[in-house]
Amino acid sequence: MAAQMTDGHRRFLQVLMSHGIMEGSEARKLHRHCCEIHKVYYAHDKLDDFINTINVHLQPLFMQIRKGTSEDDGRVHYALVNLAETEITKMASDYTENELELFRKTMDLIILSENGFASSTEVLNFADQLKSKKMKKKEAEQVLKLFVEDKWLSERNGEYTLHTRCIMEMEQYILSNYQGVARKCNICHSLAIQSQVCETCGIGMHLPCVGKYFKAQTEPHCPHCNDFWPHEIPEVSRTDSQLSSKRGRGKQLHSQH
Amino acid sequence: MSQRKRSKGSGFSQGEEGDDDCTPSQMRVLSQGSRNLERHSREQVDQKVSELVQFLLVKDQKKIPIKRSDILKKVIGEYKDVYSEIVNRAGRTLQQVFGLQLVEIDTKHHIYILISTLPRAEGENLRQDDQTAKLGLLSVILSFIFMKGNSAKDGAVWEFLRRLRVHPGERHEVFGDVKKLVMEEFVRQKYLEISPIPLTDPVEFKFQWGPRAAKETSKREMLRFVAKIQGKDPAFWTSQFKEAEGSPGPL
Repeated sequence: MAAQMTDGHRRFLQVLMSHGIMEGSEARKLHRHCCEIHKVYYAHDKLDDFINTINVHLQPLFMQIRKGTSEDDGRVHYALVNLAETEITKMASDYTENELELFRKTMDLIILSENGFASSTEVLNFADQLKSKKMKKKEAEQVLKLFVEDKWLSERNGEYTLHTRCIMEMEQYILSNYQGVARKCNICHSLAIQSQVCETCGIGMHLPCVGKYFKAQTEPHCPHCNDFWPHEIPEVSRTDSQLSSKRGRGKQLHSQH
Repeated sequence: MSQRKRSKGSGFSQGEEGDDDCTPSQMRVLSQGSRNLERHSREQVDQKVSELVQFLLVKDQKKIPIKRSDILKKVIGEYKDVYSEIVNRAGRTLQQVFGLQLVEIDTKHHIYILISTLPRAEGENLRQDDQTAKLGLLSVILSFIFMKGNSAKDGAVWEFLRRLRVHPGERHEVFGDVKKLVMEEFVRQKYLEISPIPLTDPVEFKFQWGPRAAKETSKREMLRFVAKIQGKDPAFWTSQFKEAEGSPGPL
């Protein structure tokens, strides 16, 4: 028998919803805050149980608070996702038809790319080819900006990739719609949008997974075909207990999964 | 065999008490409703409730007031005959799971918003971004309107904002096109109501609180806000204080 929803749980859910996605330490802080305000039983290591209670009540709505890992830094994040997925449901209520078409096109470019990024030039070139309603480049730029604000895309140096939240939300959709094209990480077996790929046998791995797997190995070899691993191995930082609450700088990664 | 013909969603974890005591007239209404329900399967109706909940949540996250016509067109569709059932269940779910209440702010055009029913908390870490800044600006405008007797001319509002270095003609670092934000976005979100004053040339506008503002905050809170900024007691402004104490809305 699941625990009851309290105002503490509801507040957590409201705040998480307004953020869209939250990093692990943020979520833990919020957990404590919500329990304190509403005088709900709090145990610092029971966040997952707390979330489970909410999830039991979200289940009939085909929604769930899910845990996922960022492809950028390997940090755990929490997001409220849709489970009933035949198309981009959550986005459908938010954007117009041609905006959704632009998004799908961007997603195509990202997934079909080598490195999981699509340049803004590539995307904007499709703006006036949209079947639903053409868009001027200026307008398309604004729409892309909106996607970034809403955390469906993230942008880096004029290139776009899928935001962690988007990957968490749409993993099933992407794996089924891009079967054979979308890659799964050889280590953790989740969808990998950004990845390092073995040039010999073609398997791919998330950058944080690469960092973890090849940690302290002087001669990294592909776990599948044993060929020399040609790419730069990302650094992995020390475990949680030694980390401050600030985000790691540059290439430092969490060694948690 | 239960006398109640009201079908419940499978796996719906709501505490639906009160169903046990039905008067005969309620029974007739329920059985009519349940005949409609039987036309659609339980799973299908559950699905519709869930779709409506998500639709409402998504719209409200963007502070877009939700029109009944949109609900009917985009979610209900051919389940129109069980519209009430779906909306009621969605409302109960929103309350029970999210602590949100579906409130009709325009009974003529049937427009809804979601309000949090959770008690206010200090240091709420809702997403700190442009939204927070906008709400700050909005609070300032709403409090100004209230202090001016619930209605203020656009000239007065812009003059007031000019003292805070916010100019309608200039692009603001945080707010961008401020005039658009205030006169279009805040109005569309139902925070402000701006109406032209008749017989003015060039046309002047009257600023008042919109229905969302009235539901999301209160005169009492606004007065407290002003008092805090000015370092005075709310009772300092006697007529506003009297009005604020007598007004409804969240404390």
